[in-house]
Amino acid sequence: MSGLLEVSGLARHYPVKRGVVLQKQVGTVRAVDGVSFDLARGETLALVGESGCGKSTTARLVMRLIEPSAGTIRFDGQDVTNVGGGALRTLRRRIQIVFQDPYASLNPRLTVGEAIAEPMAVHGIGDAASRRAKVEELLRLVGLAPFHAARYPHEFSGGQRQRIGIARALSVEPELVVCDEPVSALDVSIQAQVVNLMKDLQARLGLSYLFIAHDLAVVKHMADRVAVMYLGQIMEISDKRTLFADPRHPYTRALLAAIPHPDPSRRGRVTPLGGDVPSPMAVPPGCRFHTRCPFAQERCRQEIPALREIAPGHRTACHFAETLPDPGLDYSGGLTEAAARRLALYDAARRKSAA
Amino acid sequence: MAEDLLRVEGLRTVFRNSSGLIRAVDGIDLSVPRGRTLGIVGESGCGKSMLSLSIMRLVPAPGRITEGRVLLEGRDLLKLSTAEMRQVRGGQIAMIFQEPMTSLNPVHSVGRQITEAMRVHSPKESAGALKEQAIAALKRVRIPSPERRFDEYPHQLSGGMRQRVMIAMALACRPRLLIADEPTTALDVTVQAQILDLLRELQEETGMSIILITHDLGVVAEMADEVAVLYAGKVAERAPARALFEDPQHPYTLGLLGSVPRLDEERDRLLAIEGAVPPPFAFPEGCRFHPRCPFAIGPCREGQPPLREIAPGHHAACIRAPVEASLALEDAA
Repeated sequence: MSGLLEVSGLARHYPVKRGVVLQKQVGTVRAVDGVSFDLARGETLALVGESGCGKSTTARLVMRLIEPSAGTIRFDGQDVTNVGGGALRTLRRRIQIVFQDPYASLNPRLTVGEAIAEPMAVHGIGDAASRRAKVEELLRLVGLAPFHAARYPHEFSGGQRQRIGIARALSVEPELVVCDEPVSALDVSIQAQVVNLMKDLQARLGLSYLFIAHDLAVVKHMADRVAVMYLGQIMEISDKRTLFADPRHPYTRALLAAIPHPDPSRRGRVTPLGGDVPSPMAVPPGCRFHTRCPFAQERCRQEIPALREIAPGHRTACHFAETLPDPGLDYSGGLTEAAARRLALYDAARRKSAA
Repeated sequence: MAEDLLRVEGLRTVFRNSSGLIRAVDGIDLSVPRGRTLGIVGESGCGKSMLSLSIMRLVPAPGRITEGRVLLEGRDLLKLSTAEMRQVRGGQIAMIFQEPMTSLNPVHSVGRQITEAMRVHSPKESAGALKEQAIAALKRVRIPSPERRFDEYPHQLSGGMRQRVMIAMALACRPRLLIADEPTTALDVTVQAQILDLLRELQEETGMSIILITHDLGVVAEMADEVAVLYAGKVAERAPARALFEDPQHPYTLGLLGSVPRLDEERDRLLAIEGAVPPPFAFPEGCRFHPRCPFAIGPCREGQPPLREIAPGHHAACIRAPVEASLALEDAA
């Protein structure tokens, strides 16, 4: 696989100032604090973490919507960290974004057709007629109908609006789509529709996804690789299977252990992680997770653990990655026989009625 | 079986507007035993929040409760005077909401807001005694250094701490029933686990009953003793939690279970439910789920299916449940 996106040492620090006339810098918010990863063509990399961990800021840095304080971004082999003008426009055509809130991300005064065609107009692609044809094609592609182009966003449900947002992002034929919590505002049944759609589109169009989410079950379903972020840094990155089966960072384990399973027979196995995320203005010294880590030792308070490779493709930032006790994660269970049988019947009936 | 603390019988809440009659809550029966948790599951627009507002008699105008009874320890709340009802709210029934930031007043300190709630229910206490009780309430929800937090403002607290403050306020008057409307939806998963733990511990300490409203099947599986699945203002299925997950009967429940990705399973595609929840002014005739239901047959379009008992304590409003038997009959015909 060829690398499409390579990010190295990416950081974004915000100065915190006090005073109106004589401003003094009193601190720094380290929103993103040295993040490195790469993303291959056709691959999905998920960025996960709690709110405030810097995952959305990372996405915006990659899109050059905000300027990095340090680090480099390479897209398709070219350094795009400081490009401007025409090169930046091209970059923004090749990277598109789908936002979380389908209610806030569409202009209520544009028809759906205008909204979907707008990126093409901005980038000077095609003429009015060819854009109209493309809009119809895109609407079909995302499971809507061509006549929807004449309607306004308020006439659509949340799930349909998210489909419109996806069609708009795809209108300029991007190679990388940044998905910033694309399904977290949607209802459960609609979420499944959109997740299925995104997977279909990826297979059909060879898209790469940088998928930002906090729901680890959705991430497990969507991603090929997962990067776990905490306070602006990557704590662990690995292919999905390894990360869920054999996590080697205490924070990854804590996240996994906190998920309630839809299975009452497993009740009581959820283990909460104590405390709150510290302020990004006062990042703890040493390992930034040590204040909440159940395995923290003296070394963790002093020495910053490097993000090091412990197995091919599996990197983790913990001094004690190799010697952590068994995580005790248990994914056995699943649906009961009766439930699985009925779900299969449901699926069969659904296919039959769709045909 | 523990005795019921709350019984809701045939509750109906309607809104009348220019587009006609909106049946937000349409003939719902529920019961919550003492010390137990009832989970209410459904997507947006299914009427779950309107149901809890109806129980509290806080339905916003022009909505009205037109039918039914809400019995708290045998007393019909719908028959109480406004003043009596005010004593019930916050006294015997308390409520917490999804967004702790918008439910707290940003310009008053946390302590002032808690004591304000307490003063309504015990107007004769001195300010000092109330402060002491408020600090005890903060301590009960495991807020570290409650004396300091008492003087802080909501913006100084994290999301999880704010939800703890909300719970402290709700529990200040030792309610018998706590209605928690999506209490962890806005929180991170690690903080969610803390809050769910806390609710469970507090339930053990106080013996209160909980109605937990959520869209998250994981949260329901973790917390609820019994579950009611709501769809379009009606109960689609009601069962003990294990039975609901292990032997789901209603096609809507099946669709929900198929829609959530699971950590304990790999699937290429999620099952999903076609279409969307209908808006309440356009509920379809017959079974309200039939336009989205893969098992729908002719009679589903005609009459509304009654909530039938399929196994002991397990009710489903589907004429095709259990679906294997129904499909076998269809094949034979």
